[in-house]
Amino acid sequence: MTTQQRQVGVPAWIYLPALLGAVLVLLPLAGMLSRVDWSRFVDLVTTESARTALGLSLRTSAVSTALCVLLGVPMAVVLARTSFPGQGVLRSLVLLPMVLPPVVGGIALLYTFGRKGLLGAELDALGVQVAFSTIAVVLAQTFVSLPFLVVSLEGALRSAGQRYEVVAASLGASPTTVFRRVTLPLVLPGLVSGATLAFARSLGEFGATITFAGSLEGTTRTLPLYIYQLRVTDPDAAVAMSLLLVVVAVVVIGFARPGRTG
Amino acid sequence: MKRALLPALALLLPLTACGGDDESTASDDGSGITTLTVYAAASLTATFEQIAEDFEAEHDGVEVELSFGGSSDLVTQITEGAEADVFASAATKNMDDLVAADLTGAEPQDFATNVLEIAVPPGNPAGVKSLQDLTGDLNLVLCAPEVPCGAAAQKVAEAAGVTFSPVSEEQAVTDVLAKVASGEADAGLVYVTDVAAAGDDVEGIEFPESADVVNTYPIAPVADSDEADLAQEFVDFVLGATGQSVLQDAGFGQP
Repeated sequence: MTTQQRQVGVPAWIYLPALLGAVLVLLPLAGMLSRVDWSRFVDLVTTESARTALGLSLRTSAVSTALCVLLGVPMAVVLARTSFPGQGVLRSLVLLPMVLPPVVGGIALLYTFGRKGLLGAELDALGVQVAFSTIAVVLAQTFVSLPFLVVSLEGALRSAGQRYEVVAASLGASPTTVFRRVTLPLVLPGLVSGATLAFARSLGEFGATITFAGSLEGTTRTLPLYIYQLRVTDPDAAVAMSLLLVVVAVVVIGFARPGRTG
Repeated sequence: MKRALLPALALLLPLTACGGDDESTASDDGSGITTLTVYAAASLTATFEQIAEDFEAEHDGVEVELSFGGSSDLVTQITEGAEADVFASAATKNMDDLVAADLTGAEPQDFATNVLEIAVPPGNPAGVKSLQDLTGDLNLVLCAPEVPCGAAAQKVAEAAGVTFSPVSEEQAVTDVLAKVASGEADAGLVYVTDVAAAGDDVEGIEFPESADVVNTYPIAPVADSDEADLAQEFVDFVLGATGQSVLQDAGFGQP
């Protein structure tokens, strides 16, 4: 309670379920930590395969995040600043990948971009083969991560309001100038946290990737897929790699913490 | 309140189901029904369900409970104290582990064999005819070398002197089949029985080199079973005419 304002107290009983909730989230992490073989930890997370998987994960997640920003920022602006019939429905549909089981997303992607999919013949004619390629990994990650960026940025746009934009426009600024000089700087913290969330989601993507992209070292076997494979053959290494992913996730949350100004 | 309760109940259901298994294992639960618990490799799912049904039909008051899983997982469960009466393994190695742990009630006996087969999408778009064709320019999907079907694929390649460059190394036979059935992959290597079980979704292509890598399935009663006699009867039933015919219909070979 560092705030100076008088606060309305919360009911005493509410601490119990709150504590249980915190335990539910944190206890499994403790359980995992208890299984880490610290003496071999460094060796386990720096094997050739582990570094390949981590590198692939970081590269694909970075590309996916860039795609999310390129496509997600305009989507959020259109959703927050315009109104047209069916907008509510569209917003719900766009958010679908967020609530969809990723494996369902993978199946949907397969029947769209796969060889026998909706665009399969067109892509084939262009000489592009998506399935089993790194492109498939990026597509899967972008598909599941995009809504995270759109949601957080749309929220930021709405709470920022349009006052400054109206002033800028009344002083003669073109819509593009308003967008560049007023809107974007205003919602930059929201954009940063949205992009960070999208990056984290991409890094953790598993279901859509294994369904759509397959699993091959250096091409499609990202860190989560690698951990899933290790779990059977080398549980110690799987735990070590999991811990690595937890550390990355914690760093990412530190970046995306709401209220943090960028 | 009622609406909130339903999902909670749904969450509890699997838990109670698990609890029930343990209690009813190999015991007369008072209703005159004897339960025999059989742990079997996942690849035996369809055949053992059929065999269990036939066994129950011949034994009044006997109920066979089946638990399927990866053979290594099942061995771990039994050594950790799961009360199984019979164990049917997909590989000799896993049965050897159980023997080493002194947990078999009798000498394990081989009851089936399985060999690899090439699976292709219906119509065989890449025109695959032999193992050698798999080294060409096509989308080949294999099991990862760490998984039994992947290990077998590797051995076949070594024996035949070919080198595969798969586009994906999957974690399970089912993942390989799914990618072949959807047409994303031109070919995959799985067991004969997997091709048979997949029905019209994939076509199977036999290749002579498969005979070099034969996977043998052993079965044994588990030590200290409360129903040792019945467990041995089940083992004999699997090895007998009825069991063998069910297995062979599914594509398994005779050891």
